[in-house]
Amino acid sequence: MSTADLATYNFAYLDEQTKRMIRRAILKAIAIPGYQVPFASREMPMPYGWGTGGVQVTAAILGPKDVLKVIDQGADDTTNAVSIRAFFQKVANVAVTTKTREATIIQTRHRIPEERLTAGQTLVYQVPIPEPLRFLEPRETETRKMHALEEYGLMHVKLYEDIARNGHIATTYAYPVKVEGRYVMDPSPTPKFDNPKMHMSEALQLFGAGREKRIYAVPPHTEVVSLDFEDHPFEIQTFDKPCALCGAENVYLDEVVLDDRGGRMFVCSDTDHCEERCSAGHRGHLAYDKEAAE
Amino acid sequence: MTDAPLLKVRDISKFYGARIGCQNVSFDLWPGEVLAIVGESGSGKTTLLNCLATRLMPTSGSVEYRMRDGQMRDLSRMSEAERRFLMRTDWGFVHQNPADGLRMAVSAGANVGERLMAVGERHYGNIRETAGNWLGRVEISVDRIDDQPRAFSGGMRQRLQIARNLVTAPRLVFMDEPTGGLDVSVQARLLDLLRGLVQDLGLSAIIVTHDLAVARLLSHRMMVMKDGVVIEQGLTDRVLDDPREAYTQLLVSSILQV
Repeated sequence: MSTADLATYNFAYLDEQTKRMIRRAILKAIAIPGYQVPFASREMPMPYGWGTGGVQVTAAILGPKDVLKVIDQGADDTTNAVSIRAFFQKVANVAVTTKTREATIIQTRHRIPEERLTAGQTLVYQVPIPEPLRFLEPRETETRKMHALEEYGLMHVKLYEDIARNGHIATTYAYPVKVEGRYVMDPSPTPKFDNPKMHMSEALQLFGAGREKRIYAVPPHTEVVSLDFEDHPFEIQTFDKPCALCGAENVYLDEVVLDDRGGRMFVCSDTDHCEERCSAGHRGHLAYDKEAAE
Repeated sequence: MTDAPLLKVRDISKFYGARIGCQNVSFDLWPGEVLAIVGESGSGKTTLLNCLATRLMPTSGSVEYRMRDGQMRDLSRMSEAERRFLMRTDWGFVHQNPADGLRMAVSAGANVGERLMAVGERHYGNIRETAGNWLGRVEISVDRIDDQPRAFSGGMRQRLQIARNLVTAPRLVFMDEPTGGLDVSVQARLLDLLRGLVQDLGLSAIIVTHDLAVARLLSHRMMVMKDGVVIEQGLTDRVLDDPREAYTQLLVSSILQV
């Protein structure tokens, strides 16, 4: 089929006026770290919940020379990641990669890559519910007022409930943070394991919520502090075993069920990180089995 | 009682379009004093209370409050941030329906602790201990601290709401029919409890009620409202024993005698 038969899209799908509107929202978000900027979210050729917010942010900042990486739960090879990557290859014809280091823009759902991000890189988060106070306060008018007046006692009510019910802070993802000592922000459903990576990051972090029509940002070198109690300090998840494939420790692991007799293994959720370690010769206990079988 | 009033109300009026909510109400409230506002439903009691508590903007008139530093401040000229801070520290508001004043989906302990966390308390153990103490003071067994208010009876919910309001040691509490919707024996216990707390803490309170018995038990002074206007005010015992206005006489004589 020749290209003339196809409907031609503008570069990166969105029209220039829309991109301009989104860029304005992004600039405002960067100027006020952690503040949720409303924007006129567009219909995208995918359902809400699949990353329409992240896709719009990526489309607005993408240039022809950018190198794009898309991850879903840390993996480059899951449906969401594959289809969004293919989408931008088609509508923007940009270079794509799975390597964290080579990417200039990384769109993510639920994870921050294990490899430390550097200056010049941009991390775009897909956000389902941008409002950290929503769980306890359903009124948008009221939550906006609470943000404006810095009334964040309610956030601690949620953490109090956690401890009262479970004996410890049981929130493991979307763990609320305070940005630059001012706005309380929901870091999207990333595991709290990744919260410390947001603090003083060299990379720009942008958050897009398509259904809720909000964009917010954490500029580079910004203070991001996880909320906690004096006698129940913030802690990240720990794993008692290393990755079964690459033997990495102090990384976030996914549990994979192997059979119906209780067999399971824990592997890096960041597939790029895992592959890189494997090719560098690191081996976990299940990786040896695989080689022996071959 | 000290020599300066806590609350100075001057010519408060609230109109809903052409209708009168309340009109030209003036009074002073002194520290430690309990004032009851009585009248039939639709007489403007709740409108007046909401105007005083900054929940409604009065059409005209002024309400001044003496802050903890001794300064009188006009409530309508305060910023919203200051007003809201005042409302969750120095003031309390007890709703008729406890569901309006409580967070029904979080535990009793968190309900009581919310105000503490709102003013910056960040030690879980301390918050929980204070919440436990307050539950004890309002006669809720401490082992219910992790239960949600949905699991509480009407009387318990109302007592929980009172504890939630008093935890920051407010100086002024607004109550809108605090005993409405409770059965008589529960009412009596709640009144007893309220009277004890008001005395122990030296609270000032403004209580809206249509129940003259509540006014008699709790208040030092009372105002009788009819059609948005205060028609009679004075010491509670004086008004109830020797009502001067015809309407007040009618009100007093219509109390059921068992």
